[in-house]
Amino acid sequence: MRWFWLDRFSEFVSGSHATAVKCVSLSEDHLEEHWPSYPVMPNTLVAEGMAQCGGLLVSEIYKFGELVVLAKFSKCTFEGGEARPGDVLQYRATIDQVKDFGASVTVKGTVEGRPFSEAEIFFARYSADSSQQTKGRTLFNPVDLLKWLRVVGVFTVGVRPDGTRLREEDYNFA
Amino acid sequence: MSTVSSKQEIFSKVQEALIDALGVDEEEVTPTATLQGDLGAESIDFLDIVFRLEKAFGIKIERGELFPEDILTNTEYVADGKVNSAGIAALKERMPFADLSRFETNPNVQNLGKQLTVQDMCNFVEHKLAA
Repeated sequence: MRWFWLDRFSEFVSGSHATAVKCVSLSEDHLEEHWPSYPVMPNTLVAEGMAQCGGLLVSEIYKFGELVVLAKFSKCTFEGGEARPGDVLQYRATIDQVKDFGASVTVKGTVEGRPFSEAEIFFARYSADSSQQTKGRTLFNPVDLLKWLRVVGVFTVGVRPDGTRLREEDYNFA
Repeated sequence: MSTVSSKQEIFSKVQEALIDALGVDEEEVTPTATLQGDLGAESIDFLDIVFRLEKAFGIKIERGELFPEDILTNTEYVADGKVNSAGIAALKERMPFADLSRFETNPNVQNLGKQLTVQDMCNFVEHKLAA
């Protein structure tokens, strides 16, 4: 199963915020398997989408080259009912704080402008860890990661706070 | 910080940070409650707590300042899982906000985190605000 829970970024500002969309489609297997005859996208997968949106934003701070892992959802609420086929979920992630050991983000999900979900997520940066087991490790194969970032448009819409474009060649995906 | 926070204000903000970080009820966050034992904090929660205290009080907390894990993993200070007298001295210097008297009676490395209380957190913030 492919584990891509956002389709495309529409905005990605380095170190600041990002907006991504997820189109819910009846052709997705999980809709059939969650509640047969009543297709909805499980909120756990919405949470994963919010984490992917915030996680890539945080990972960029560390040049996509370090082991940054989802450590904790400090808060995760759903108030918008169910995500049904045809819905377009929009996730907006904002970086709250960055420290050497990690970063916290707030992600808000909406469907057609209506509040749907909200999460506070904390990501841990393992290179700040003294453990030799995790030091220097990365989460993804760099080639796979680059492919993913291209597909979701990070280098199409991504900019620095001064407005200059994020370019693949500024990162090390070797 | 230009404003001086009263002990009650500090406690209220620390309490709020712990309620949000640990998902516990207000009544559970008493001054004597231990973070790990009574409130169920895990190691990752300490990082979350640091974020919240920084935000709530406008302070900067460096890595290891609240919980000096570097001392607890330093072989100069720890032998057979217990902190030696040099280690205790180092801890006291780094943690003037914490009451380590109970820890000294059985200085097992794992006991330090278990014995940190909500009051210790408040003392830590007070210590930072006064610095």
